Amino acid sequence: MTTATDMPDPDLLYSDEEEALRAAVRALLADRCDPAAVLAGAESGRPYDPELWRALAVDIGTAGLLVPEKLGGQGASAREAAVVLEELGRAVAPVPYLTSAVVAVSALLGCDPSREEVAGPLAALAEGSGTGALAVPLPAAPGGSGAPTVRADAAGALTGRVGSVADAAGAGLLLVPAEGPDGPALYAVDAGAPGVRAEAVTPLDLTRPLAHLAFDRAPGRPLATGERARAAVDRALLTGAGLLASEQLGIAEWCLTETVRHTAERTQFGRPVGSFQALKHRMAALWLEVGSARAAARNAADALASGSSDAPVAVAVAQAYCAPVAVHAAEECIQLHGGIGMTWEHPAHLFLKRAKSDELALGTPGRHRDALAALVDLAAP
Amino acid sequence: MTDAAELRRRTAELLAANPPGATDRLDFLRARFDAGLAWVHFPEGLGGLDAPRALQAVVDAELEAAGAPGNDPGRIGIGLGMAAPTILRYGTDEQRRRFLRPLWTGEEVWCQLFSEPGAGSDLAALATRAVRDDGGDWIVDGQKVWTSSAHLARWAILIARTDPDVPKHRGISYFVCDMTDPGVEVRPLRQITGEAEFNEVFLTGVRIPDAHRLGEVGEGWRVAQTTLMNERVAIGGVRTPREGGGTPAEGRGSMIGVAAAGWRARPELRTHDLHRRLLTLWVEAEVARLTGERLRQQLTKGQPGPEGSGMKLAFARLAQQISGWEVEFLAEDGLAYDDWTLRRPEGVDFTGREAGYRYLRAKGNSIEGGTSEVLLNIVAERVLGLPPEPRTDKDVAWKDLPR
Repeated sequence: MTTATDMPDPDLLYSDEEEALRAAVRALLADRCDPAAVLAGAESGRPYDPELWRALAVDIGTAGLLVPEKLGGQGASAREAAVVLEELGRAVAPVPYLTSAVVAVSALLGCDPSREEVAGPLAALAEGSGTGALAVPLPAAPGGSGAPTVRADAAGALTGRVGSVADAAGAGLLLVPAEGPDGPALYAVDAGAPGVRAEAVTPLDLTRPLAHLAFDRAPGRPLATGERARAAVDRALLTGAGLLASEQLGIAEWCLTETVRHTAERTQFGRPVGSFQALKHRMAALWLEVGSARAAARNAADALASGSSDAPVAVAVAQAYCAPVAVHAAEECIQLHGGIGMTWEHPAHLFLKRAKSDELALGTPGRHRDALAALVDLAAP
Repeated sequence: MTDAAELRRRTAELLAANPPGATDRLDFLRARFDAGLAWVHFPEGLGGLDAPRALQAVVDAELEAAGAPGNDPGRIGIGLGMAAPTILRYGTDEQRRRFLRPLWTGEEVWCQLFSEPGAGSDLAALATRAVRDDGGDWIVDGQKVWTSSAHLARWAILIARTDPDVPKHRGISYFVCDMTDPGVEVRPLRQITGEAEFNEVFLTGVRIPDAHRLGEVGEGWRVAQTTLMNERVAIGGVRTPREGGGTPAEGRGSMIGVAAAGWRARPELRTHDLHRRLLTLWVEAEVARLTGERLRQQLTKGQPGPEGSGMKLAFARLAQQISGWEVEFLAEDGLAYDDWTLRRPEGVDFTGREAGYRYLRAKGNSIEGGTSEVLLNIVAERVLGLPPEPRTDKDVAWKDLPR
């Protein structure tokens, strides 16, 4: 296990540059992504909001934060991407940032970027002109993605199915883990290629579309093979899970802030309902959870950014802690809003649906605790 | 401004003039205080050099490397953490000169006479009376409780009611009480652990000269806020390692460290239910550690956040859950208790002794220093800005309050 002495000092605060990035993203979302717009977009059937994506990914340049400059990106780190995700969570923004700019990009970075087959798609994703998706079910956990359900023949033709892939319907590029003639491999597949079919699933979370993918001799270009392919997928899931904690933090923050605002204004029995101790204690307890979630999420982002050997522990801790906090905050938000919290027009349901869906995404809290048992030497009976 | 290099130079000077091996411990501590290296952020002449607080670590590291004797923060914690900052802020020059040096060297131990049996979390409801006599001295009568170190203390910080005719927060004054006064009686208060970590203190006709008052008459509540603030901000400058440090096998540093070490050492006691709960607690303890670390980093950068008020709540809940888990995990051994002998420890050791002791002692964590329920109210009102509780006692004279 990682001992106390070889653990690096994590930086759990935000730098001035990170705060500047946050301000830019927050301003954009305030302008283009208010709850009414999110709700309207969710009912439009579009996989995501392309104008919002363009402004976020291209104009502000967030799509390439994880990509080194020489490969066409911004050369930032998981710390900055985490700040973007906090803001996206706070707005339940309908954009494929986590799936494309974090998970798909991380998978490509895990391959050999000196090869043109890797560098080309990587630069395209970093630029934000299109989006990509790693073809694994959304609940796949780091270290536990299991055997691929897609087979590849010697010519690179892919056949098989992958269920519940997030943001796959809108993605131009699919990164498909497959069992090839020489073992596991990762393939690039154009979403529009013959033999590729995406069946939309009606998702619990309207702001993050899901699709079942079916491949019938679809043409794939190999990106990596063997252990490298497996490690690239695992690293992508680890990075995704670690940064998802920041999205969960953003969700929880919005829910707490709105609940405090509402209960301070809403009067019943001749008093603001927020003056009742039974409600106050619940909100104070939530505030504690949100503050703790921030420490856990920052720690995961920092460990991923520094390439720390402690990253698997930091990510598992962050997911085991932050996922339930987001769900709890959203559930409290609904309850403490009373009847209005159950309506379609109030945005609280969007946050509950995202929070609950995020709890399953990239490994449930229970799976992450299982992972921890091995990582920190607390073996099961 | 005194910088790190200057502090190193002065520390070297101190060590040269008072070689640790050849100097009496108390003489060394006095010399250190007089050199301004005791608490460097205090003023010159009062044990400090008006230096940034963070630079204390520079001095401490140099002195430790030289094998210099330290004072005993565990024994004099109340003096260091509560009395000293209050005396510094509200004391007269004479009071500062008289009290701070022996407080820091440990020659004089301090205790705190705030809590009362009838007040509890409603601290401002206190009933101990201080009445001025013709000579200008104050005569104090009343009872205090939960007083740690009272049996060792030379001095106490005391709040007492000096005007019962005004609302409760306004009629309080703040004093330094001489614990050797014949009217002070200290009785051990035995707790559920069997030991007497605290005392009851009975004050009967205790005479306090007006020169031992801190702050104006009737301003005691405001002075006490300084004391209490410093009690809650007692978060260290050192980062805490995962599981509290030590090797995984020892795990003596923190409650979760002890529990994890037990799990590793006793495979025959493991069950799936205990495993599931241990991992949940381990995650929460690790997150609490990270939250404390984040707060420490904020403080170091000079950006204190309100998170400190939450740390105590998290600590209390975790200590109770982990120690409860541990007793259950130990099975037959959990049914035995190490020792019920009445003892009077000089300090609190939350992870010391056995699981049963930890379980019982942790029950106090959500009560002492503000109950969790009161702290949640404070968070809700001061941090989240929620509307206050209706206050029926706010404008009522203390003497007219129902009791």
